[in-house]
Amino acid sequence: MDGSQLSGEQRIRNFNINFGPQHPAAHGVLRMVLELDGEIVDRVDPHIGLLHRGTEKLMESRTYLQNLPYFDRLDYVAPMNQEHAWCLAIERLTGTPVPRRGQLIRVLFSEIGRILNHLLNVTTQAMDVGALTPPLWGFEEREKLMVFYERACGARLHAAYFRPGGVHQDLTPELCDDMWQWTEEFPAVLDDIEGLLTENRIFKQRNVDIGVVSLAEAQAWGFSGVMVRGSGWAWDLRRAQPYECYNEFDFRIPVGKHGDCYDRYLCRMEEMRESVKIMRQALEKLDACKGSDVIHRGKISPPKRGEMKTSMEALIHHFKLYTEGFRVPEGEVYACVEAPKGEFGVYLVSDGTNKPYRAKIRAPGYPHLAAMDHICRGHLLADVSAILGSIDIVFGEIDR
Amino acid sequence: MASALEELGEMIAIAQADAVVAHSVAHGELTLESTASGLRTLIGYLRDNPACAFTTLIDITGVDWPGRERRFDVVYHFLSMPQNQRVRVKVVAGEDDVIPSINDLHPSANWFEREVFDMFGVMFSGHPDLRRILTDYGFRGYPLRKDFPTTGYVEVRYDETQKRVVYEPVKLVQEYRQFDFMSPWEGAEYILPGDEKNRGT
Repeated sequence: MDGSQLSGEQRIRNFNINFGPQHPAAHGVLRMVLELDGEIVDRVDPHIGLLHRGTEKLMESRTYLQNLPYFDRLDYVAPMNQEHAWCLAIERLTGTPVPRRGQLIRVLFSEIGRILNHLLNVTTQAMDVGALTPPLWGFEEREKLMVFYERACGARLHAAYFRPGGVHQDLTPELCDDMWQWTEEFPAVLDDIEGLLTENRIFKQRNVDIGVVSLAEAQAWGFSGVMVRGSGWAWDLRRAQPYECYNEFDFRIPVGKHGDCYDRYLCRMEEMRESVKIMRQALEKLDACKGSDVIHRGKISPPKRGEMKTSMEALIHHFKLYTEGFRVPEGEVYACVEAPKGEFGVYLVSDGTNKPYRAKIRAPGYPHLAAMDHICRGHLLADVSAILGSIDIVFGEIDR
Repeated sequence: MASALEELGEMIAIAQADAVVAHSVAHGELTLESTASGLRTLIGYLRDNPACAFTTLIDITGVDWPGRERRFDVVYHFLSMPQNQRVRVKVVAGEDDVIPSINDLHPSANWFEREVFDMFGVMFSGHPDLRRILTDYGFRGYPLRKDFPTTGYVEVRYDETQKRVVYEPVKLVQEYRQFDFMSPWEGAEYILPGDEKNRGT
């Protein structure tokens, strides 16, 4: 066809393509309907929900403790950070204190979660724009961190390690030593990855000045985490609204200048270094409080195993806790943590029974993805995957 | 902290007397209850007043209370990064009520309102594109309502003869296991497994 028989209307017709649901750069099951004018994106319509499991509905018919593992399955890239928000919500409603050692272990593993997440995000985003080596190097480190997860709680991914009132078990001294060892080695690996990417010509061509988000836009679209920090506002819940014992830790909040994909990449790299610093401080502090309890011994946590052998009350408590569960006083609370992707929150409504009346999970990726249309307009088709990589989405948490 | 929130709530309640029905501070969080008609002015005020500066919409969700005459609470969470404070705004909605959309005040409300519509069936007026978002194409019912069964109504499978995915009514081989953990010992409404003999007494 030479186009001469076509009417004018046909010749300028926009082109619709389906990006996903099986596209490798879609980071999961995302179907995006893109309307293209030539190679320029006119409209993006993300269709989500392909991974919808009805977590919130399921949670309404399970006890508080049974609901905890659902949180691992939300953002499965950094599972423990999600559990943290759930535990905080329950602790706020029941007024449960967390022992210091428990708090420190939580901080330690939250930071491991952050590194896990950023390693995956930074390196797969590099893959989206054409580099293959970074994910291979990054996943090697992730593997080591997964082993730490496994040694702490027995599971590589779905940890169920943070419990209301503390954490499930204490860490062994060998594990702490190995983590310390790892924090010494890891910065060199980060240097390597940075050497591959930061000044890489192709990487910069694909990321600099792509997907620019101004501070006003970031607020209007409900962004949080790196999406705000990349635009230049040092907003971090760990600093602004400290939870656990984050106010004792010495760390910096990296911010970007331009709010483009490249600045967000730099922020994530820098945040990993800060997380290593926090891990080292937490390990030092853990060393100073060896042997103390890691979970608040009350009605919402199980009795010690040894006690159960001799005490009838402890045995009954254990049985009742794992069948009936504990009751949470009536009320509502919104608890949030600075998850690696942004503000992860839980809005918990309790009616005084052993099951949550309603639990709403506020996933950071949800508003980020909602802004895809706004960010992508006017960009080229190839930039869509760079932007998608840089807003850091995981469908476990978006679709819930 | 709590007294500062109390003062803030007092200030908002006075400035927006038409919209704010009640305000309270619990667990260190400020909750405002608003009328549906005053919602948009209230949220506009919360966003633009420099003492509030709630510029970030964190979340919109619903809570179903089937026992009430107007059964839904639509709950908005806002965050102020400049003032470092949070607020929760609640609106009561009946099944046939329409809540004004705040999509033009906070563009991020678009998807959140779609989700509330999808999950609870609450309608928003002035929303540009009120489609379902999380559920399947062609889904029926509102899953997060308390009268919607957890198992749903339909299940899908791939049919080898028709060479496509088919929808069928849910068939449960085993009853959905919904235990009444609240009373494992006494006063149970049902017969405890293994306790059938007890029926006669």
